[in-house]
Amino acid sequence: MEDKLIIRGIEFKSRLWVGTGKYKDFEETARAIDASGADVVTVAVRRVNITDRNSPNLLDYIDPKKHKILPNTAGCYSVEDALRYSRLAREAGVSDLVKLEVIGDERTLFPDVIGLLKATEILAKEGFVVFPYTNDDPIMARRLEDAGAAAVMPLGAPIGSGLGIRNPYNIKIILEFAKVPVIVDAGVGTASDATVAMELGCDAVLINTAIAGAQDPISMAEAMKYATLAGRLAYRAGRIGKKLYATASSPYDGMLT
Amino acid sequence: MNIKLNGSDYITSAVTISELLTELNIQADRVAVEKNLSIVKRTDIDKTTLENGDTIEIVMFVGGG
Repeated sequence: MEDKLIIRGIEFKSRLWVGTGKYKDFEETARAIDASGADVVTVAVRRVNITDRNSPNLLDYIDPKKHKILPNTAGCYSVEDALRYSRLAREAGVSDLVKLEVIGDERTLFPDVIGLLKATEILAKEGFVVFPYTNDDPIMARRLEDAGAAAVMPLGAPIGSGLGIRNPYNIKIILEFAKVPVIVDAGVGTASDATVAMELGCDAVLINTAIAGAQDPISMAEAMKYATLAGRLAYRAGRIGKKLYATASSPYDGMLT
Repeated sequence: MNIKLNGSDYITSAVTISELLTELNIQADRVAVEKNLSIVKRTDIDKTTLENGDTIEIVMFVGGG
């Protein structure tokens, strides 16, 4: 059965999206991406190292023809900075995709949703395909959608926390409200968390730390691939209802008397 | 001429942004350049000239989540 993820006419080959931060080196990054089967890879925008000009370049390890590069605005604490980084990312890359972050606080890295909404509105008008990183707040998700977001990316838990999907009920409500795809971004700690996100009906899940920080990132990347797929299949298959008491799987008919 | 390049003082003999990238051994299609807070489009790097005291930022993609 065909089950393609298409956002703004762009076809995505995998529902697992991965970040490229926190790896030991670019070689490990490339191997993890490969094992994950992801076609979307997020990147950050930073100054070129002028003093060490021979330092390796991430793009030597990730082929932009094979992968969709999704630049983020991580580290931006104001609308102005987020706009600046988004516009630079568009110029440095090949597409209008941006994973928009306007961060409100250093310790939690929770989004500043007021700034996020403003920046989403402006960038959507400039033709960006905006993927805002937001709270697990159904009302904010709706506001972002109205502002022109191509999808919404609610957090499962704080970035890098590995706490899993802390409020599955809110994610469920976001999914019921949303007319745009919903992609859980942040909070996944292990494979079952990715499955939970997908079983809820999310369109995709974005994972970085849970893979890069695992003792064996390559194996965890592979685990996430199957976990995402399993969750998606289970969602489409339609799970059974939960009951308090048992229902026997084996018949009583034909039992010895 | 003296410019501010990625936050540091830098002396260059480049006349255009394009020449500056060549001098720095940077592939133009992998970076974005900002001159005095305005983005220099990739198609404009040959004709965009440097002035003494310009603030230039050159950014690229790095690992991130």
